Amino acid sequence: MTDIVTAVVWLAGSAFALLAAVGVLRMPDVFTRMQASTKASTLGLACLLIGSALQMADFASFIRAASIGGFVLLTTPVSGLVIARAAYFADVPLWEGTVLDERQRDSARAARGGSSAQDNRNGHVDERSRG
Amino acid sequence: MLEVVSQTTLATLGVALIVSFIRLVKGPTLPDRVVAMDLIGVLVVGLIVVLAGQSGVQATLDAAIVIALVGFLGTIAYATYVERGDPQ
Repeated sequence: MTDIVTAVVWLAGSAFALLAAVGVLRMPDVFTRMQASTKASTLGLACLLIGSALQMADFASFIRAASIGGFVLLTTPVSGLVIARAAYFADVPLWEGTVLDERQRDSARAARGGSSAQDNRNGHVDERSRG
Repeated sequence: MLEVVSQTTLATLGVALIVSFIRLVKGPTLPDRVVAMDLIGVLVVGLIVVLAGQSGVQATLDAAIVIALVGFLGTIAYATYVERGDPQ
């Protein structure tokens, strides 16, 4: 029973890891590549950790696997955010099919002299871009 | 059965490593390469975790913890470098 669950979880985890790698290779843009790599690799690693913890069936290794999982779950979004910020401010070109660049829109609006209520399509006034 | 499954898992992770290494070599900009390195770190952690589950040696998981920590710190350092440029 444990072997079956481990086999399923390991195969699923490696499939997700391969999907993350293929996404990083095939996506058109740094930012789209980043979302493929962070999400899919986190899920894949979590599946592999569950399989290994089941296979070892030991309290110490269970704690170690849980700590690796918690650490990766906490740090992958942080590193993704930091790389995305750095890439945006380093003027890495966006994909030409990008439909919305909210930061550029907000800064252009602030340069025009603050936003008006009609300017905002969603109807709510963005407090930050008024200052 | 589990022997075959673990070999298949390791082979799939190896293919994923090769594919992300292609992006590391090709990547047109530096942030592309940083993303590929980050993914390679996570894939190596997964490889070591599968090896630990296969062999049952606990110390292997400690190596996985160390690699996860160092990979995160390296990614943060590269991001600061990309954002600030070379400090002269």
